[in-house]
Amino acid sequence: MVSTTQFLVLGAILFSIGTLGVIVRRNTITMFMSIELMLNAVNLTFLAFARHFDQVDGQIFVFFVMTVAAAEAAVGLALIVLLSKRNDSVDIDQANTMKW
Amino acid sequence: MEQLVFYLFATIAVVAGLVVVLQRKAIYSALALIVCFGSIAVLFYQLGAFFIAAIQVIVYAGAIMVMFLFVVMLIDPESEFFSFNRIRRVSVLALPMSAVLALILLWAMPVLRESDTNSQSLAQKGSIEVIARSLFSDYLLPFEVTSILILVAVLGAMVLAKKVD
Repeated sequence: MVSTTQFLVLGAILFSIGTLGVIVRRNTITMFMSIELMLNAVNLTFLAFARHFDQVDGQIFVFFVMTVAAAEAAVGLALIVLLSKRNDSVDIDQANTMKW
Repeated sequence: MEQLVFYLFATIAVVAGLVVVLQRKAIYSALALIVCFGSIAVLFYQLGAFFIAAIQVIVYAGAIMVMFLFVVMLIDPESEFFSFNRIRRVSVLALPMSAVLALILLWAMPVLRESDTNSQSLAQKGSIEVIARSLFSDYLLPFEVTSILILVAVLGAMVLAKKVD
């Protein structure tokens, strides 16, 4: 049986990769995808603990994280489309005006 | 056998995650992210969360990533250059910073006693019935609040994506 610690280590590694993506990339869409990766790493940790403590609450939390991520993706992608229309680019460095 | 499956799909997930971060073109990042979500779904299955694994494939790898692909194809983002004169100063520090973050997370990891859950209760805990019972009794209020959140998100996305005069 795969131990809980192994899943936690994998979750930590995936979360760090997501953080790396958010810092390094300038493309807004790829930054957004890195955030999704971080959310998934956290979901993995939730499920590992849900199995470890033999409770169903962890799975419920993952369910809520997924629904919130879906809502977030809808609004975020709409913002990115708007940004690319206005700025003609999705580069985060060029999104530096507060008012047009 | 279980260890083998775990290491296989953990490796695929980590490699696909690195491809997401390091790939220049956003479309390849999105495709790698789908691979990553798929292998994470296998790990969810291995953890006994069968319903969540199915939801992961249907909602995450299906719906959300299709939305990402639509947007990537719609606005066609230019590929980034990782040349040295255009690289941000913070990017140089990013790799050691995320390595430190990983070390902190590993350091903070609790020492866990091996749980003695048998596979019988594991299969029960992951079933839709158990999740639905908990969701519609203990977590009824958060569930309803989530529906309002999704409604607001739909309205917000429509208002944002409307044609600007």
